Amino acid sequence: MVPDATFTSYYGRPVVKAAPWEKDIPAYLFLGGLAGGSSLMSAGADLSGRPGLRRVGRLGALVGISASMFALVHDLGRPDRFHHMLRVAKPTSPMSVGTWILTAYGPAAGLAGAAELRPLLPARLRDGLAGKLLGLAARPAGLGAALLAPAVASYTAVLLSDTATPTWHEAHNELPFVFVGSASAAAGGLGMALAPLSESGPAQRLAVGGALLELAAEHKMERSMGLTAEPLHQGRAGQLMQLSKTLTAFGALTAALLGRRSRAAAVVAGTALVTGSACTRFGIFEAGQDSARDPKYTVVPQRERLNARASAGGT
Amino acid sequence: MSNSFFGPLDPAPDAGWVEAPPRKGFFTDTSVCIGCKACEVACKEWNAIPDDGMNFLGSSYDNTGALGASTWRHVAFIEQSKPLGTQDAGFAGTAAGPAATDVLNRAADSALTGDRSRLGTDTNAVDLGMPKVELPGADGAGRADFRWLMESDVCKHCTHAACLDVCPTGSLFRTEFGTVVVQDDICNGCGYCVPACPFGVIDRRIGEKGVTKNVGIAQKCTLCYDRIGDGLQPACATACPTQSIQYGDVDELRERAQKRVETLQAAGVHDAKLYGHDADDGIGGLGAFFLLLDEPEVYGLPPDPIVTTKDLPAMWRKAGLAAVTLLAGAVAVFTAGGS
Amino acid sequence: MAECHPVGFQWVMEAKARGAKVIHIDPRFTRTSAVADTHVPLRAGSDIAFLGGIVKYILDNEKYFREYVVAYTNAATLVGEDFVDSEDLGGLFSGYDEEKASYDQSSWAYERADEAAAAGDREGSGKGNGAQDGGHAEGHAFGSGGPGLDSHEVQRDETLQHPRTVFQVLKRHYARYTPEMVEEVCGVSRAQFLEVCEAVTANSGRERTTCWVYSVGWTHHSVGVQYIRGSAIIQLLLGNMGRPGGGILALRGHASIQGSTDIPTLFNLLPGYLPMPKAGEDESFGAYLDTIRSTEQKGFWTNADAYTVSLLKAWWGEHATAENGYAFDYLPRISGDHSTYQTVLDMNDGKIEGYFLLGQNPAVGSAHGRLQRLGMAQLKWLVVRDLNMIESATFWKDGPEIATGEMKTEEIGTEVFFFPAAAHTEKSGTFTQTQRMLQWHHKAVEPEGDRRSELEFFHLVGQKIRAKLADSTLERDRPIQHLTWDYPVDEHGEPSAEAVLQEVNGRYVSGEKAGRPLSGFAELKADGSTACGCWIYSGVYADGVNQSARRKPGREQSWVAPDWGWAWPMNRRQLYNRASADPDGKPWSERKAYVWWDEDQAKWVGHDVPDFQVGKAPSYRPEPGATGPDALAGDDPFIMQADGKGWLYAPSGLLDGPMPVHYEPAESPVRNPMYEQQGNPTREVFKRKDNLQNPSAGEAGSEVFPYVFTTYRLTEHHTAGGMSRWLPYLSELQPEFFCEVSPEHARERGLEHLGWATIVTARTAIEARVLVTDRVVPLTVGGKVIHQVGLPYHWGVGGGGAIVSGDSANDLFGLSLDANVHIQESKVASCDIVPGRRPTGPELLQFVEAYRSRAGITVETGNTRHTAQEGSP
Repeated sequence: MVPDATFTSYYGRPVVKAAPWEKDIPAYLFLGGLAGGSSLMSAGADLSGRPGLRRVGRLGALVGISASMFALVHDLGRPDRFHHMLRVAKPTSPMSVGTWILTAYGPAAGLAGAAELRPLLPARLRDGLAGKLLGLAARPAGLGAALLAPAVASYTAVLLSDTATPTWHEAHNELPFVFVGSASAAAGGLGMALAPLSESGPAQRLAVGGALLELAAEHKMERSMGLTAEPLHQGRAGQLMQLSKTLTAFGALTAALLGRRSRAAAVVAGTALVTGSACTRFGIFEAGQDSARDPKYTVVPQRERLNARASAGGT
Repeated sequence: MSNSFFGPLDPAPDAGWVEAPPRKGFFTDTSVCIGCKACEVACKEWNAIPDDGMNFLGSSYDNTGALGASTWRHVAFIEQSKPLGTQDAGFAGTAAGPAATDVLNRAADSALTGDRSRLGTDTNAVDLGMPKVELPGADGAGRADFRWLMESDVCKHCTHAACLDVCPTGSLFRTEFGTVVVQDDICNGCGYCVPACPFGVIDRRIGEKGVTKNVGIAQKCTLCYDRIGDGLQPACATACPTQSIQYGDVDELRERAQKRVETLQAAGVHDAKLYGHDADDGIGGLGAFFLLLDEPEVYGLPPDPIVTTKDLPAMWRKAGLAAVTLLAGAVAVFTAGGS
Repeated sequence: MAECHPVGFQWVMEAKARGAKVIHIDPRFTRTSAVADTHVPLRAGSDIAFLGGIVKYILDNEKYFREYVVAYTNAATLVGEDFVDSEDLGGLFSGYDEEKASYDQSSWAYERADEAAAAGDREGSGKGNGAQDGGHAEGHAFGSGGPGLDSHEVQRDETLQHPRTVFQVLKRHYARYTPEMVEEVCGVSRAQFLEVCEAVTANSGRERTTCWVYSVGWTHHSVGVQYIRGSAIIQLLLGNMGRPGGGILALRGHASIQGSTDIPTLFNLLPGYLPMPKAGEDESFGAYLDTIRSTEQKGFWTNADAYTVSLLKAWWGEHATAENGYAFDYLPRISGDHSTYQTVLDMNDGKIEGYFLLGQNPAVGSAHGRLQRLGMAQLKWLVVRDLNMIESATFWKDGPEIATGEMKTEEIGTEVFFFPAAAHTEKSGTFTQTQRMLQWHHKAVEPEGDRRSELEFFHLVGQKIRAKLADSTLERDRPIQHLTWDYPVDEHGEPSAEAVLQEVNGRYVSGEKAGRPLSGFAELKADGSTACGCWIYSGVYADGVNQSARRKPGREQSWVAPDWGWAWPMNRRQLYNRASADPDGKPWSERKAYVWWDEDQAKWVGHDVPDFQVGKAPSYRPEPGATGPDALAGDDPFIMQADGKGWLYAPSGLLDGPMPVHYEPAESPVRNPMYEQQGNPTREVFKRKDNLQNPSAGEAGSEVFPYVFTTYRLTEHHTAGGMSRWLPYLSELQPEFFCEVSPEHARERGLEHLGWATIVTARTAIEARVLVTDRVVPLTVGGKVIHQVGLPYHWGVGGGGAIVSGDSANDLFGLSLDANVHIQESKVASCDIVPGRRPTGPELLQFVEAYRSRAGITVETGNTRHTAQEGSP
């Protein structure tokens, strides 16, 4: 740990502002990741002839993306102006990029997910032209969603990192890997928990691989962040991150050892991984907010940077 | 692309303005600020900004606290046990004991940290300890040195403005004067600009919809875009009685600031330094820069801000790599065999 | 100054940028101190000792501007043999009347050249009445000039060696104001005191000038007038009067406070500082004029007849004739003290029926708020004209006394009429600022709703009263019937403010120029051929042009900027500027050249309008027996003074002595270290149960109130808050009443930063949030540590629609007045401070009563004026 730094501030007030975001945003981060991972999983399942896993994946993506879109709009200061996001396309704005990714991904994932609901439709609708088209569109839509899914899962890391929030910004090298790992673990966990055991092999591998990637990337991230890693270990954020790691490690281990043997174990492992993934997003979100509220995390690294530059002969 | 994220440039032409007028900005000379807060009031009057709450903060004479959606000028007050150049605070030889500033600052710290509402209204009382038996100052530890610093803070109108860069709606835009302005009718309140700003300037306005203006959308200083276009000065600079807030062409202000800091240095105010004037800094220079008498963090300013988008290309590369990793992993788990 | 006059303070900052040294003397380290070169924390109420120390330093070190002092001040004038100084009488001067607690000033007079008649029987001497019979009115009736003198034929010794020269009198008087004494009295270290002395003297003389700036921190004292006198003595000794960059600047509390003394809202003055006639004394016009000036003196007051006749012609027009003494008898007579505080006491005694409050909030802004509110509750009617529903309009339902049960709404018979007032942006008119400059402001918008200007209100009141009395045949109603009241009104009913200004300026009423505006007061005649509403303002409408509306930018004119607004008298920007040249009429230095004598043109010329008869050569000497302006020699620059000289020593006119003496404030935990006499022996006291005083040092029970407190304004608010606490943008900047205490004081009393404190005096107890600050320091006074509590006085309890409210600091004060001007001591008093909130309801009364009984307070406490045993004359 970095020792407690001495620093000056203006009456302890924050230098930077914490994002005005509530729980909607970490929920969105998690659900978007879940959706992205699920789309990938369902596409693989589709192509490899695993209809059960495909169904879980597509429905997971549908639910995930719908809920995440709701959360995203709900968090706006002026939800009625959601469509203003579509006025411009700005590569400098991860939120703009994300908006366009979601604009492309959402309908595709939605279509694929809706197709899975086709059997539940009344026969007239199911077998009508629309129903038939839905059935035909399912695979292209699912594959399209899968191609966009990695972007859905990873861009949110840039969304957080492209801020002056110390813990988010300083995490920018590893955070995309943490997030895609977390997305894989969640989607794989979902597949394990809900798909037939017979089809859940890829889900298990996705879950374990994702979990390992997440844990490894997180480990590297915390090492590289210096003082700004501190909020990841403190308070509520620290508890969430600890829980995340425990659940992810436990889920991965359980998945690896028992995930294909026992239905119950698969459910336990899957649930642990999904929950762990949620904890990761909430934990990182909270840690960032904490880092913005305490001027220490803004001032001390900048001051150290200045001092280093000064001692290197700069000004 | 990289230069648009970092380094010196003239922002208005960079943003596509043809034949843009000279870049406009503020030079805030804190050495002559008398803390009258006329800038805060003039700003609110002109821009019809709602009040920001009746909060007694006890942070010296600062009851405003910080810049925010409904505070576009904020005057900071700092009481310190340090001399100001050759100023004689008059405390030597009195019965004054040691300074309480540190205790009071710590108190404010504990009262405000972790409070999302920006300003702790329920500030905690602070006990300075038991009465001392001996005469205060008898031990020779009296606060002979003292100074009271004041600084009117404002949006920096950055050369590389993170708020503008991250805005997904195009609500924030670069004006022909090189300043950064929110279009109230475009902003949808995504709030992304809020954490993006390295100075904690912009914020989303809270309040009752239909009662308070522009609730839910991002608000900050416009450098009085609706005045300077008509040849007027911004309201704050017009109201400032001591020319602590100077408005003009950034190039000319930078020269003036350099001379002022040299004058002060020569007069023995060795703490005088410029902040944000350097086009080679992490922001590409500030459109609103300052002459400070202590380190920036004392005033609540970041000591070495770097616009977050400087790292954006790298971030996108990492995200791309992560996305590819994910895709490859997904392919792998289905092709690696097994059921 | 930065705190209360931030806009004017820009010129101090400008001067500082040009190299001026700025020294700030104040108990607290304020926003002014923050940008000053030096801050001098001193004990509130000790300024005379501080200023006196500087005088002594100047005299001892021969730092005075000898040539200036000899020629332009009364330093060389001999004082009569009967004068005995405070040095020899324990802090009193000769002539003190124990019973009346006032002075017979006759022994202070100059020695006359025709000596025998020296000790005078002249007006002003022996007239000081005790407060109890309410007779002190002279003190501030002298306005822009000094009081009268019997004669300007005085004895002078220009070697300054004669032991009875004012110079030698001064030396003896100030002998005990040593740096050591300053340290003991003020709590200012010798080193710092000497630093100030050196700075002031180093920046005075031929090449440089020093300016003193004060505000109510000097005037709100039981010795306030003598504070100003103290600085006047310094400025005269250093040659800083009448010269650019010199002078004494009085900063006022609002826009146009200067204007409201020039055209006064004071009971004892007529426009242009002409005194109000007194019942029983000024029965004839001649007798009245004799009280203004002696025909034997020098200066322009000898033309008071022309000023008065022209005023009467302005008011009563054709009805003012030579036959009826220009309707002099139409003027009301005053019968005693009708000043604010006497009136409040009279209200409490049921002697007053009705009261107008115009832009004033005495329930919050005046000393002893409780007495103010209780008094108003005794009225039959009260008219309040203000921008907002201030506490003085709502005291009957939500004042603090309602909460304590002392007043019950249903038992208060006062009928309150609230009239919303138009703001300055909603009406045209002038503001007169402290430089005596009138600046016209134009109406920007029409007043909304029921808001009306004061001008319209009074115009209508006048019309209604005149209509009611139109048919009266009573002699007493003639003044109303004959009043000129014919101002043109615009389509909204608003009278023309410009027409009023024209009346103020004056015009010829007969002769070939009839109807033409006057170009200045020199044109005024005592024969009824001119009318002028205020002689000193004559010229503001010269040439038929509103001179006060001129706004030529500074960059387009000289640095004196004579074409911006208009300053009285005669657009002079600096009074007594003849003193900016040496006796021969040459500038003292090129650097400080301002006006000078031009031999070729045979007149005074320069950057400003010369404040001197323009063709009078420096070498002019009056004929023996000359009086008035003709008696002024070519080197008598102080043309309104009865002897043409600046007064280091005031031989008459001041009720509390010819020179300042350090007295302790009326309430002080400190025993006067300088004299046996503790407080001002002539201060007005009111021994009443509703005006109890804390015991001071030397009296039993003084230890109950061990601390000093002072009140002041913050930049963010305006006086009693009527113009700021109703505005969110100002209220949010200082939302709560707070007290400022030092960390040492906080520790001593267990006060917590941001907690609550209760501050107690014999009057009441109030509560405030605690702001512990390093800016307040305890001072060592007489070997004892003195803690000072700072209280901004902007908040009040009640009021309709105020955004922020709180206890009022002025509730803590009792009434003790400077007899010269009836100004209350509200910048210093003693108190106790304890942690926590005050009791509420009737328990508050019990809480305060417990303090009173602990301190043994009776109506006599703190009200003994004469405490010097050897002081009996």
